[in-house]
Amino acid sequence: MTTATIAGAEVQIDDEGFLTDATEWTEDIARQLAANIGIELTDRHWDMIRFIRDDYAANGVTPGTRRVQASGGFATKEQFELFPKKPQKKSAYIAGVPKPAGCV
Amino acid sequence: MTATLTETAPIPSFGNEEETDRKLVIICSKGSLDMAYPGLVLANAALGEGIETHLFFTFWGFDMITEKTMDHLKFSPLGNPATHMPNFVMGLPGMTSFATHMMKAQIEGLDLPEVREFLELITDAGGHLWACRMSADMMHLEEKDLFDRVEGIINASDFIEIAEGAQTLFI
Repeated sequence: MTTATIAGAEVQIDDEGFLTDATEWTEDIARQLAANIGIELTDRHWDMIRFIRDDYAANGVTPGTRRVQASGGFATKEQFELFPKKPQKKSAYIAGVPKPAGCV
Repeated sequence: MTATLTETAPIPSFGNEEETDRKLVIICSKGSLDMAYPGLVLANAALGEGIETHLFFTFWGFDMITEKTMDHLKFSPLGNPATHMPNFVMGLPGMTSFATHMMKAQIEGLDLPEVREFLELITDAGGHLWACRMSADMMHLEEKDLFDRVEGIINASDFIEIAEGAQTLFI
């Protein structure tokens, strides 16, 4: 376990830089993480990040693309527009939750 | 576990922001329910990794993209030793629909989409669907008989062109 300072807060991260404790996440951290990977957060990004965080808090599992579409209302195309190329991993990184474990 | 302090947090590379030239082509040649999924799952995963992905449907794989059949793929346990059941049982009448029903329940239980929805997901994610010219001719099918997201019926040399530089899987 590594501790790092992100946006002025001390948080636990894994080798890749993903937060390992979702409760340490703050909006400032999200802004910093998004900037790290070249994403400027719009309202729609925040909506999706909040859905992912709420769903993770409720189920203990990071939702996959299909769940974000079916339950969150973010069409697959939109997910790819918001978080280009790798929507699942990028959104999980910014939302401070683990990478999705499932295959779909 | 001891905590070590680092000055700066690493940033995931996400496979480099540069345009990746990795490309995946999956040839889907089977029309049974159990053999439809490997290609669909891998295509979806590849797209989620930002990889250009093409699915090419040929022979029995046409059942996955033909409007009439794509929602009714079946699983037959007959002659499949991996079911660990004797063939004389698996050959009994009604066994295919029973096994199909069981498999569909499992697929749903895993929260996996059905074939049609899976193909929608894949194309929404930027994946390409192609149908094989020879199979279409053999089965007397035209574009109007196929799932509307199939981009075209293409011949073998068109396919070879598309597959240039791609990792190719035959399923």
